[in-house]
Amino acid sequence: MRLKTFRERAMQGVFFLTALASIAAVAVICVFLFINGVPAMAEIGFFDFIFGQKWAPTNVPASYGIFDMIVASVYVTAGAIVIGVPIGILTAVFLARFCPKPLYKILKPATELLAGIPSIVYGFFGLMVVVPFIRDNFGGFGSSWLAASIVLGIMILPTIIGVSESAIRAVPESYFEGALALGATKERSVFKTILPASKSGVLAAVVLGIGRALGETMAVVLIAGNQVQIPTKLTDGLRTLTANIVLEMGYSTGLHRQALIATGVVLFVFILLITLSMQAIKSRSEKHG
Amino acid sequence: MDKFTIDNMNLYYGKFHALKDVTLHMPKNKITAFIGPSGCGKSTLLKSLNRMNDLVEGCKITGDIRLDGTDIYGDMDINVLRKRVGMVFQKANPFPMSVYDNIAFGPRTHGIKKKSELDQIVEQSLRDAAIWDELKDRLKKSALGLSGGQQQRLCIARALAVKPEVLLMDEATSALDPISTGKIEELCLKLKEEYTIIMVTHNMQQALRISDNTAFFLLGEMVEYNSTDAVFSSPQDKRTEEYITGRFG
Amino acid sequence: MADNNTSAVIDEIKPINKVTFKQRMISYKRKPLSLVMLLLVALAAVLSAAALVFIIVYVLVRGIPNLTPELFALTYDSDNVSCMPSIINTIVLTLLTLLIAVPFGIGAAIYLAEYAKKGNKLVKVIRTMAETLAGIPSIVYGLFGMLFFVYALNWGYSLIAGAFTLAIMVLPTIMRTTEEALLTVPDSYREGSYGLGAGKLRTIVRIILPSAMPGILAGIILAVGRIVGETAALIYTYGSATGYATGLFNSGRSLAVHMYVLTNEGLHTDQAWGTAVVLLVLVFGINTLSAFIAKKLGNKKG
Repeated sequence: MRLKTFRERAMQGVFFLTALASIAAVAVICVFLFINGVPAMAEIGFFDFIFGQKWAPTNVPASYGIFDMIVASVYVTAGAIVIGVPIGILTAVFLARFCPKPLYKILKPATELLAGIPSIVYGFFGLMVVVPFIRDNFGGFGSSWLAASIVLGIMILPTIIGVSESAIRAVPESYFEGALALGATKERSVFKTILPASKSGVLAAVVLGIGRALGETMAVVLIAGNQVQIPTKLTDGLRTLTANIVLEMGYSTGLHRQALIATGVVLFVFILLITLSMQAIKSRSEKHG
Repeated sequence: MDKFTIDNMNLYYGKFHALKDVTLHMPKNKITAFIGPSGCGKSTLLKSLNRMNDLVEGCKITGDIRLDGTDIYGDMDINVLRKRVGMVFQKANPFPMSVYDNIAFGPRTHGIKKKSELDQIVEQSLRDAAIWDELKDRLKKSALGLSGGQQQRLCIARALAVKPEVLLMDEATSALDPISTGKIEELCLKLKEEYTIIMVTHNMQQALRISDNTAFFLLGEMVEYNSTDAVFSSPQDKRTEEYITGRFG
Repeated sequence: MADNNTSAVIDEIKPINKVTFKQRMISYKRKPLSLVMLLLVALAAVLSAAALVFIIVYVLVRGIPNLTPELFALTYDSDNVSCMPSIINTIVLTLLTLLIAVPFGIGAAIYLAEYAKKGNKLVKVIRTMAETLAGIPSIVYGLFGMLFFVYALNWGYSLIAGAFTLAIMVLPTIMRTTEEALLTVPDSYREGSYGLGAGKLRTIVRIILPSAMPGILAGIILAVGRIVGETAALIYTYGSATGYATGLFNSGRSLAVHMYVLTNEGLHTDQAWGTAVVLLVLVFGINTLSAFIAKKLGNKKG
């Protein structure tokens, strides 16, 4: 009997410890990124690092300004949102309210499959198909803000579609019926009652999509051109924070390497902010729901 | 004059024969009540009158249903039909928006954009639903914050705002307290001067209090249809008598 | 017999309430904007589907002709750029990653679903942290893996560094799907087991885990899909050595990293298309398997 209680207690302890693993992981990740990245920021100068517009790690003296890359990340993310969000939300509306059942059985797994394609395949496809298309039709090198926006727009589709669809499905049917009974068409009932009622869920989908686009690396590095500059037109190349890390980590040393880690820290902080706002949206909608 | 005519109507849910050969003519500017035990088909019949049953998968209707002599299952625009035949649901279903926007939803749907006109419709509808005084200072507040009785009267006002000819009420008071119920019954008596009201009710006292005609349903069959006084004082069918004296249901 | 007759009769009925195309057009004529909205929604769905079909068909058409025997040669050299070593490396990496992540993921899920009290502050923190982990981009995992496992622990670019990095990455997936699976086990099972005098631990091991198994498995397979498709988190942890990683501390390249290197070098485009096919087939096969198992679970529940 006593042995049994001991075993019960011991295993409960083990389960508890495994549950702490995610806390430990986040803590260790934070600590290691910050202790490796923050001193570099201090050495370069926080202001020069964030707002500096010259990235020349091999110059003497070297410059480490990542402002152009921060702007590039924001631009690429915005481009992906402009392409992915309208198509994604409308597709979610179609799936939730307009799709005939037999078609749904094909279309739904198809959108999930889109999420399964590895980013390297997206990048390769973008490089071989989207980049030449842009080069031939819009000029420039092809590897560009536009190319990255298109491919990322497709990549965030499954996230936007999946999360929005479940938000739309969670809206009580009575709103829809109420609008129909007033003589509204099905389309008006959906767009004027159901979609507004699901707005916090749809917003969460968009925020999640932003997070994915901001953090995407392999697809972007192959198709964005990687020039450190603020693009002035859609066919200009740019280099995101993520691309900077992948491109130079392999051969960097000393302060250069630390500056790359600090780049990662900046990205990490962005993502943490997004996760936080995500949780704020969630708890708000729980309170109101 | 008959507002709604139903002739030889049958309705099936999949294999289930839910309404059997119903023939029923409902006069204008009267309150017609459908009574009967749960599952007898009375709500189903009501929903056939504004084609809300079209949303139900596997629902099949045969027969002939006419509004002012026009076949509502023919080439009548379904949205126009629903504008002419308003509905109040069993459970109040205000939209998650302000009181004002709830009422204005219908008029806006039908093309009214002018603020002054909308203002006037909102006020008139709320007055007609006898809830203006309670809500006039809360027009911009969310409708979800109202009490159950207020929500249901708001839904009535919302239905009135599109100026329907017929008002369908599907057990509209079943979830409400006696005071709210009383207010809505009073309202119905006032509204029948302008509208034709068809209501489904569980509550026989309610049918007796406010309806002009009553139809009794049992197991998908319309057993008896007559003036309310006649149905309750001298039922022709034994099953009707058993039901209203509380023998079953 | 009578029943059959009635159903046949019902099937033959011509209902009046079918909304015909003509009726629809009558409505849309009065409300053309609604028709526009309908077309927009349909167009969006077509675009989403077209994106998928276009990518897959394009990759297959360009890739399948390049699936030559040399591409699967047992040893890699810079002419055949065989993907065989990287396939094997990927399998080994996947197994090792699961070996690390699955016990932690399932253990944590058991704690959250079976032991933790509702509204417990610590539980809230654990959930928040798991969500945070799920949101971290793979390149940040790669960076962390490099700093911690490769340098701080001095494991170098190695199988074990890659596996630990990915284990942290897939932990939230396994935790979440397992917890969801545990929560679908009806309470009556637990009560039944306690009623027979079984302890909590025994109930979990003998009753709850087996009935939640399909859901847990579906989640694990989902994690496998992520591992197989991952690149950014592996380049600076597992490295990109071309041979077989035969020991825990050997570097190797996974299939996705192999594909990245081929693409980046730009010398073997044909082989890269072929490798893309292999990668797609693997990932889709894994996802289909996961969906299949999850569906089985759904049927059992219903």
